[in-house]
Amino acid sequence: MVEHRRFGNLLPHLVLIAGVIVVAFPVYLAIIASTHDNSVIANGQMPLYPGGHALETYWNTIMSGTGKTTREPVGSMLLSSLIMAVGIALGKIAISIISAYAIVFFNFPFRMATFWTIFITLMLPVEVRIFPTYKITSDLHMLDSYSGLILPLIASATATLLFRQFFMTVPKELVEASKMDGAGPIRFFFDTLLPLSVTNIAALFVILFIYGWNQYLWPLLITTRDDMQTIVIGIKKIIDVKDALTEWSVAMATAVLAMLPPVAVVVLLQRLFVKGLIETEK
Amino acid sequence: MENRAIFPGRLLACLLVFPQLAVSLIFFYWPAAQALWQSFLVQDAFGLSTEFVWFENYVNLLKTPEYYHAIGTTFFFSLLVVFFSLAIGLLLAVMANRNIAGVQIYRTFLIIPYAVAPAVASVLFIFMFQPGLGMIARALQRNGIDWNPVLNGNHAMILIVIVAVWNQISYNFLFFLAGLQSIPKSVIEAAAIDGARPMRRFWTIVFPLLSPTTFFLIVVNITYAFFNTLGIIDTATEGGPNGSTSTLVYKVFLDGKAGSDLGGSAAQSVILMIIVVALTAVQFRYVEKKVHY
Repeated sequence: MVEHRRFGNLLPHLVLIAGVIVVAFPVYLAIIASTHDNSVIANGQMPLYPGGHALETYWNTIMSGTGKTTREPVGSMLLSSLIMAVGIALGKIAISIISAYAIVFFNFPFRMATFWTIFITLMLPVEVRIFPTYKITSDLHMLDSYSGLILPLIASATATLLFRQFFMTVPKELVEASKMDGAGPIRFFFDTLLPLSVTNIAALFVILFIYGWNQYLWPLLITTRDDMQTIVIGIKKIIDVKDALTEWSVAMATAVLAMLPPVAVVVLLQRLFVKGLIETEK
Repeated sequence: MENRAIFPGRLLACLLVFPQLAVSLIFFYWPAAQALWQSFLVQDAFGLSTEFVWFENYVNLLKTPEYYHAIGTTFFFSLLVVFFSLAIGLLLAVMANRNIAGVQIYRTFLIIPYAVAPAVASVLFIFMFQPGLGMIARALQRNGIDWNPVLNGNHAMILIVIVAVWNQISYNFLFFLAGLQSIPKSVIEAAAIDGARPMRRFWTIVFPLLSPTTFFLIVVNITYAFFNTLGIIDTATEGGPNGSTSTLVYKVFLDGKAGSDLGGSAAQSVILMIIVVALTAVQFRYVEKKVHY
């Protein structure tokens, strides 16, 4: 601290507490709502402390979903979300680490052209090319399949850039030494480069898992079968009943379940998360 | 002499880049090219014949009042989201940059919104703002405000701005915090010795030194408000009432879903692509220069 402050650290504490309340209150309210009975919530008299219906609400939500709107158990939505998020994260890491490896450690025709071809995809978010992409996916018969959910989202220039950046800092001598020991490119990759990249891979995994889990538009278009839908789009159907008939306790339990995995990842792997976020974006 | 070690083996290299190139070509370039091509075509009502019409789709698009309405909505929405999410993120980062007890705990809470999907964030706020049962909606109604985002366009806009800002605070907070931590303490101490008070130090030293981070975040936040808020809008308002929360991206989504005017909706996509390319170019220009002061 630079100087003695008259009121000590009161101001920062007050501002940060206010910030935490703004950030946490909506989440807290969802958790509370998921423990109350629908009728208590519907008449607007929900208290700010937990009720006694938690077990029953979560059991019903996971095993059978709502009575009217979706009939689809939230448990199966969680599974779809998990497969998609892990598929996107691992897929992106796998294809971008090998392409970055080729671009940095090999000479081949059109090397720079390849790099730019990948780099430019950075500029085409799925939102702006959504319907042509949908049409191609449907022509390839990939609607309602995990490959259709995952593949169009895994080409990632950011991950390739990150690995390229990192590979370029690997000292030349390391490669020469490895060659001297008789290691070919494949052994160098698995024995030397991969172990060095573990932290980067983990940080990237955290970011990409959240990215995949939180996808909205693509799964909304690509899945027509109820048992393929992810939890993030399932929840919209649960509250879509535009009146008081929404089963709010189920909706809020679904919201809590939808938040749980990514929030847990961010909170438990905070250091990796911050590293991944700052490095992939900058 | 290039300063990198090279392995022999062209075939292997090609195999290694193949998966990513294939995915990029099939799911990025091909659809983008198709959107571009379609934006120059007009299909008759039965889909039997198509005609190449040059820029007619664009001209027609620029003749529809709804399109200008969507542009206005997008700018208004983005302005509010960018301003408030940056201001709040910066305020919290400045406070969390002090050496105070429990700062780790605050930080952990403040990054939670980043992990919440936009659509789920919408649901959390719909619950609080639902007329009749939501806690905040009831408080507003008790105070004589006839809160109803389903019927009132301004209320709907306020709702999606709040959700979008809430969802984006963590991101700005973390980047501002990283930016603040990279400012050398000695500079600030020197100013303090010269007698500059904390507020003055912030505006004359810290804020200018933070400007690379701020510029970067402005671009990223505009991109966010333009493109990543579709889940928020679709869940909370579906663009309504009366198109009052329908941004450009949401309009592409709605028109595409209706599927009646392929050329027009392709033209809209192409315009959006141009906006993204421009924003990305600005971002990289800045990244090249890195520091402004």
